[in-house]
Amino acid sequence: MSDLILQAHHLVKTYSQHSGTLGLQKTRIRALDDVSLQLKRGTTLAVVGESGSGKSTLARGLMRLLPLDSGQVIFDQQDFLSMDKQALRHARKHIQMVFQDPFASLNPRMRIGEIIAEGLVIHGVGNARQQRDQVMHMLEKVGLKAEDSPKFPHQFSGGQRQRIGIARALILQPKLVICDEPVSALDVSVQAQILLLLKQLQTEMGLSYLFITHDLRVVRHIADEVMVMQKGKVIEQGSVENIYNAPQEIYTQQLLNAIPGHAKRVAIA
Amino acid sequence: MKQLFSNPLALTGFVLISLMLVLALLAPWLAPYDPDAIQVKDILLSPSANHWMGTDGLGRDVWSRMLFGGRISLLVGLVAVGISTAIGIILGAIAGYYRGWVDTVIMRLVDIMLSIPSFFLILAVIAFLSPSITNVMIVIGLTSWMGVTRLVRAEFLSLTQREFVLASAALGARDWRIIFKHCLPNSLTPVLVSVVLGIASAVLLESGLSFLGLGVQAPQASWGNILTDGKEYIQFAWWLSLFPGLAILITVLGYNLLGEGLRELFDPRSTNSR
Repeated sequence: MSDLILQAHHLVKTYSQHSGTLGLQKTRIRALDDVSLQLKRGTTLAVVGESGSGKSTLARGLMRLLPLDSGQVIFDQQDFLSMDKQALRHARKHIQMVFQDPFASLNPRMRIGEIIAEGLVIHGVGNARQQRDQVMHMLEKVGLKAEDSPKFPHQFSGGQRQRIGIARALILQPKLVICDEPVSALDVSVQAQILLLLKQLQTEMGLSYLFITHDLRVVRHIADEVMVMQKGKVIEQGSVENIYNAPQEIYTQQLLNAIPGHAKRVAIA
Repeated sequence: MKQLFSNPLALTGFVLISLMLVLALLAPWLAPYDPDAIQVKDILLSPSANHWMGTDGLGRDVWSRMLFGGRISLLVGLVAVGISTAIGIILGAIAGYYRGWVDTVIMRLVDIMLSIPSFFLILAVIAFLSPSITNVMIVIGLTSWMGVTRLVRAEFLSLTQREFVLASAALGARDWRIIFKHCLPNSLTPVLVSVVLGIASAVLLESGLSFLGLGVQAPQASWGNILTDGKEYIQFAWWLSLFPGLAILITVLGYNLLGEGLRELFDPRSTNSR
């Protein structure tokens, strides 16, 4: 068994936009420009970059929620992008996503229990009773109460909603979870709790994370490897220690300097 | 529901419509006479204790005919809007969810339908078919689905980009699940407003058609054809025109008030989206 859970080779995605007089001209925006990455089983790769650097496009492209122009994605030794509908549906069990906005990522008209059970229902895992038991179990695992199951999303805070989102992503026991800025909409104190929860679930369930963020402070707490993106390109890649201690690119240094309290240390070093 | 009653517009509309619906539903018990019974000796009596709204040119009790006519008018409104809403939701959902050429085809169809003045289209169609309640309901329904289609499509366009819809797709949900479980329930609020407003215009359309003799056929009463009967006697039998006119006015006003009230409740920013 290969120890790589996810490999991406030369991913390209361009958006074209009408511009100029009467919108006759076309501007091409390269959201992903020859992006490649590797993620080892059971580890976390953080993708860092400012907004507009193509991080979210990368996440959605890897999930096949957005068609890519070219490139190859190997998930668990299978060519993910060329799968037919049936194979893709089956493979989706193993690759899940946690979203950024805890207020937009839960259907306001569904109960928490229903939201979390959705994966089980879609893939027909277990009968209604077993599904309910699993939901209860999952709720407790992410730090909520089993009694929360019949409530609606608006009855929860941002942090609690993010826990619900995590429970939904993990109920199918995926191998890989793509976290698209899972804590950037939360208060700093809540951020720490959610990061801790993600970390704890990673060890418990042997998960691999692709962790997308614009905040390098968060990265150090969770990541093993870091990949820095700017304008759709990967500009630097390496272990957390290397990136933090010896950043090669000016852009990476700028990102590090943007961390409150970090600038001084770099200056002294 | 509580909010509904704190909005004066919505509350007034709700009360007016409820009143009309109750009267129409209880017509067989409230009507003092058979609405179709011709009494030659009681022709064109003015309103009195015996005949609250007078009698018409054939001696029929106008109050009784109004009650039964209301049933027809309101029924036509509800069924016609039911048909148009069903068509609108289906087409709008398909266009907004699948996009691409399907969307283009459906939206151009909407444009074509909107470019034809609907009243004349309905007139033309009814002229070919035989005028009957069923045909009127179907034709009104088939010519007024465009607004709902546009609304539902717009909702679907934005909903399919929302994270909870993406999450469901990421779990491996099939299209029908995403459409029925996630998109549809979250797109129905604006549709409700448009349904309520749509009933008002359907009631008005039906009255217009019946007035022209192309809608509900005599002897069956509807507000529109009571008006028609009244127009020959308008100079000396005012009650034959006033009461059906008032009934139409109150009903349309009621639905419009309720619709506007609901719109204010759901989206304080929108001014006019139909």
